[in-house]
Amino acid sequence: MNSDLSEQTVLSVEHLQMQFATRGGVLKAVDDVSFSVRRGEILGIVGESGSGKSMTAYSIMRLIDAPGKIVGGRVLLDGQNLLELPEEQMRRVRGKRIAMIFQDPMMTLNPVLRIDTQMIEALRAHQSLGKAQARAMARDALARVGMSAPDERLLAYPHQLSGGMRQRVAIAIALLNRPELIICDEPTTALDVTIQGQILNEMQTLCRESGTALIWITHDLAVVAGLADKVCVMYGGKIVESGAVQQVLEQPRHPYTGGLIASSPSRNRRGQPLRQIAGAMPSLAELPSGCPFRTRCPHATAICATMPPVELQGQHMWRCFHPLQQTTGAMHG
Amino acid sequence: MASIAADIETPLQAFLRQFRASRMALLGALVLLIAIAAALLAPWIAPQNPYDLAQIDILDARLPPGAVSPEHGTTYLLGTDEQGRDMLSAILYGMRISVFVGLTSTVVALAIGLVLGLLAGYAGGRLDALIMRVADIQLSFPSILIALILLAVLGPGLGKIVLALIAVQWAYYARTARSAAIVERRKEYIEAAVGLGLPPSRIVFRHLLPNCLPPLIVVAALQVASAISLEATLSFLGLGLPVTEPSLGLLIANGFNYLLSGKYWISMFPGAALLVLIVAINLVADQLRDVLNPRLQSL
Repeated sequence: MNSDLSEQTVLSVEHLQMQFATRGGVLKAVDDVSFSVRRGEILGIVGESGSGKSMTAYSIMRLIDAPGKIVGGRVLLDGQNLLELPEEQMRRVRGKRIAMIFQDPMMTLNPVLRIDTQMIEALRAHQSLGKAQARAMARDALARVGMSAPDERLLAYPHQLSGGMRQRVAIAIALLNRPELIICDEPTTALDVTIQGQILNEMQTLCRESGTALIWITHDLAVVAGLADKVCVMYGGKIVESGAVQQVLEQPRHPYTGGLIASSPSRNRRGQPLRQIAGAMPSLAELPSGCPFRTRCPHATAICATMPPVELQGQHMWRCFHPLQQTTGAMHG
Repeated sequence: MASIAADIETPLQAFLRQFRASRMALLGALVLLIAIAAALLAPWIAPQNPYDLAQIDILDARLPPGAVSPEHGTTYLLGTDEQGRDMLSAILYGMRISVFVGLTSTVVALAIGLVLGLLAGYAGGRLDALIMRVADIQLSFPSILIALILLAVLGPGLGKIVLALIAVQWAYYARTARSAAIVERRKEYIEAAVGLGLPPSRIVFRHLLPNCLPPLIVVAALQVASAISLEATLSFLGLGLPVTEPSLGLLIANGFNYLLSGKYWISMFPGAALLVLIVAINLVADQLRDVLNPRLQSL
């Protein structure tokens, strides 16, 4: 790959803030989140349910419904701030320059429309193409994601396809307009492990070949370990740790990351009980002041009630007053 | 490898297969088809054109069913009315009007209510509030009252009856379409369509609309029956169609004065025809409801 191109930053999110204004007060679902992705790079965003990882993705796409609102920060796609675009121009970005693949492949295809209809309209929404031309491109896209007999699949309705096939169709649709960035919101969670492995592998190859940047949102550290170049660990709407995958997974600094790694099953610790992170993630309304993790953190002290500053060591970033020493937790992807 | 295209069942095929499961519904559909065919073909199959005064002989008035005209030997299978009209012909022509009025008003009201309801449900906010408050006001009056007021202002006539029935019905569709749209728009495939950057009009009409259709089809099927009976009611009250072109309701009204004098056939046969038509529609509608109800689906 051309090294100049691979240096190019596709998406840069700066201090993004998204809130829900509810009767109970303002809930900060995404709080001061910053990261960037380059061409052909894969960024994993890891966190539990409710950590704000999906909301970050929806904010980038500007798919936030009331009462949610983006209240601050910038989302730069090739230097252009998406948050300032008029809605009609934003529509042209969605599906064309940034594509999104959603969690549940059972739900993201329209049940009453055939696959070809849905693929052709996705193409024709952004490019002036004849029907026959669009159909040929749709067919190629299906073949590219490893669908057998693409011509026949084009004529099928979603309910006639298995979950794995539907997710492949969703991926093919995302690839149709050759986007610069694809955001995947836990796209393999609902699939069998074998299918998940195949899809991860294919996505990785497709991105490397086409230079498409990829943001992969998941709660599964093992997926990130095998797939991503960089990782952001989110908790309570904030990024608590980020950096190169190997660095973060082998030398986690934030106790939450350490806990996540320790609670993942691994071959190296066969027979030993899995360690758990005590308690459950508090709801957004009950987040403590300062470090969001401090109510569950074994190392927390009084100072944690204030927001820890950003600590940087090269590319490795964490936000903790009591970072883990560099020997704990090892994970070999 | 066997072609999968062979065992692909389109949603329409699945629907037909499930619809056929009920014999009563099939019977209803059959009766309905015969009634509609008879209504459409009335000018060719009716023994007489009841609207053509030249063919009506006043001397044959009020003959009982099966009577033969003493003047020109015609047999009146279902008798004649007070003007000497052949009842069978009058019923066929009357049914033609009833079916036409029922279907047209339902289709137009469905189209209007569907579009307004989808927009209200999808857009939400002020547009939703505006459309639904108008529908609420409309629904707070009894439909017969609204139709009466409209016809009193507009005057009688086929087009005006259809108009009145549309005005009465659209709000039902708007409400049903809105509630379906609100449920559907929260689903991920709509989010995905927005995420694909499809134009809003396409999302509403290609993605939202077909998924909102099942409950509307059920309401529409039932509404055809109620539109037909509302038209009959209005005609019975003398507010519908001109006496020279009687619909089923007017035919019933015409015979109403003779009921106690034993000339039952003038009211009864049109009434029976109306009854059969409405029961057939309801049988079909009931089965539609069962087939299209997502809670009863075994997918």
